[in-house]
Amino acid sequence: MAQLNVNIGALQMASPVMTASGTFGYGLEFADFIDFRTLGGIIVKGTTLHPRQGNPYPRMAETAQGMLNCVGLQNPGVEHFCHDTYPLIKDLPTNVLVNVSGSSPEDYAECARHINALEQIPAIELNISCPNVKDGGMAFGVTCEGAASVVRAVRQAYDKTLIVKLSPNVTSITDIAKAVEAEGADAVSLINTLMGTSIDIERRVRRLSIGTGGLSGPCVKPVALRMVYQVARAVQIPVVGLGGISSAEDAIEFLMAGATAIEVGTANFLDPSTSQKIAEGIDEWLDRHGVQDVHEIIGCVE
Amino acid sequence: MKHILDLRVVTVEHPRADYVLLKLTNPAGPMPAMEPGQFVEVRVDGSATTFLRRPISINHADEQELWLLVHCVGNGTRQLAQLQEGDTLNCLLPLGHGYTMTTGETRHYLLIGGGVGTAPLLYLGRRLQALGHKVSFILGGRSAVDVLQVELFEQLGQVYITTNDGTLGEQGFVTQHSILSQEHFDQICTCGPKPMMQAVVRWAKANGVPCEVSLENMMACGLGACLCCVEQTVKGNVCVCKEGPVFDMNELNWE
Repeated sequence: MAQLNVNIGALQMASPVMTASGTFGYGLEFADFIDFRTLGGIIVKGTTLHPRQGNPYPRMAETAQGMLNCVGLQNPGVEHFCHDTYPLIKDLPTNVLVNVSGSSPEDYAECARHINALEQIPAIELNISCPNVKDGGMAFGVTCEGAASVVRAVRQAYDKTLIVKLSPNVTSITDIAKAVEAEGADAVSLINTLMGTSIDIERRVRRLSIGTGGLSGPCVKPVALRMVYQVARAVQIPVVGLGGISSAEDAIEFLMAGATAIEVGTANFLDPSTSQKIAEGIDEWLDRHGVQDVHEIIGCVE
Repeated sequence: MKHILDLRVVTVEHPRADYVLLKLTNPAGPMPAMEPGQFVEVRVDGSATTFLRRPISINHADEQELWLLVHCVGNGTRQLAQLQEGDTLNCLLPLGHGYTMTTGETRHYLLIGGGVGTAPLLYLGRRLQALGHKVSFILGGRSAVDVLQVELFEQLGQVYITTNDGTLGEQGFVTQHSILSQEHFDQICTCGPKPMMQAVVRWAKANGVPCEVSLENMMACGLGACLCCVEQTVKGNVCVCKEGPVFDMNELNWE
């Protein structure tokens, strides 16, 4: 049994493995399949100040080794989360993080302020990278100024661990990472989905209701891994890696690239126990290779 | 309680060239209890273009066996038709909410299915019969070859058939069958193509008969996590996989 504990800012985790927002519901959906104690944390569904119905159906198109989605941040809003959902999940035996999204820096900050008051939510992940809503999300994540403005506003409203989730749909993800680091982010997580589309050639239409969607799954892993490698060398704060991680071996690649922790996303849809298997698989790999502490492999690749 | 199980394929039948009926057992113990209208997410191995699990309705389930009747319409479902006896099929089950089955007072249920949508109605009919209810069926298809398992349905109640080309039963749609104007039904349960179910709902509303429908929106996780399979309802967008797949007709925003 290797030492698996890692820290992200003040957030202490029993394992480097978390579940990615939007792929794990509020955790309870997976209760039949997971021993939460094996995970470092779960990041629950993207939450906004006001309720959102999301985009119309169809919201998903399968691709080779992946999928596109344009869910569009459907969620019942932060007040519903605080009053109705939080009491149900606050005592899960792992860190429960909330992914926060918005359409203006003030929105983000107000939403974060609500969650700051929840004692058993030790951290938030700020989503400045959703490709599926017109009025926010990625609009902030694609420029250094936009990203900085959201982090600056939220940092004033939120005093616990703040992770900022970055979009890969940019010219230089390292510049964005440095911009949010300068505004006081405790960590960055990357990557969110890559924007794509899919066409039904029989009907001659795009398959998704809004035309485009975010690509996720094993097909994006090499892109995500390259970006994690680059960002880990560009910033001083911890990097959380995600993008197509489906096995312990995938997760170890991200750790070696420089990620302090990783998130399991789309793989939860194929096997709801994947995140636990990955956490256990990392432990077994470290033991097999005589590694006492996971920190020995974090960023070990030149 | 939901499970992920490696089930064993014990029988493979091909009732038609593009259909496969898989009969599965659970080597690890008794088959978990499942309700009619719930579904199974099966992992498709060996198809390069199939990434996600495929949701399949429950054709029959008891402590020994689970039957999945699959219409092979794409690469994923065609791969399932390649399974051989003795193979393993990884299944996530049981998922979603099924049809409402009342207990106590005996009622006359009418189960209306079209195409592969008749599959879950066999299991529903068996369970309703076991509860002492009277069950009748209207099975629809484009042609005679589209109407499957008729002999099994006939063991459970009266079977009425419609085909678009008139090669079996009455010619026309399920909602045009003459029995609808001759008998009284207390409850309708339907599963099939959406236009057919919408026609059934129109008939049910016009005639004041309660009706439940089973939707098959494209889905990824099957657990209510990905929010891909949503249907617009009176409660807003809800996941078909978790809140459904069976809905009361009055919950849906159908005219």
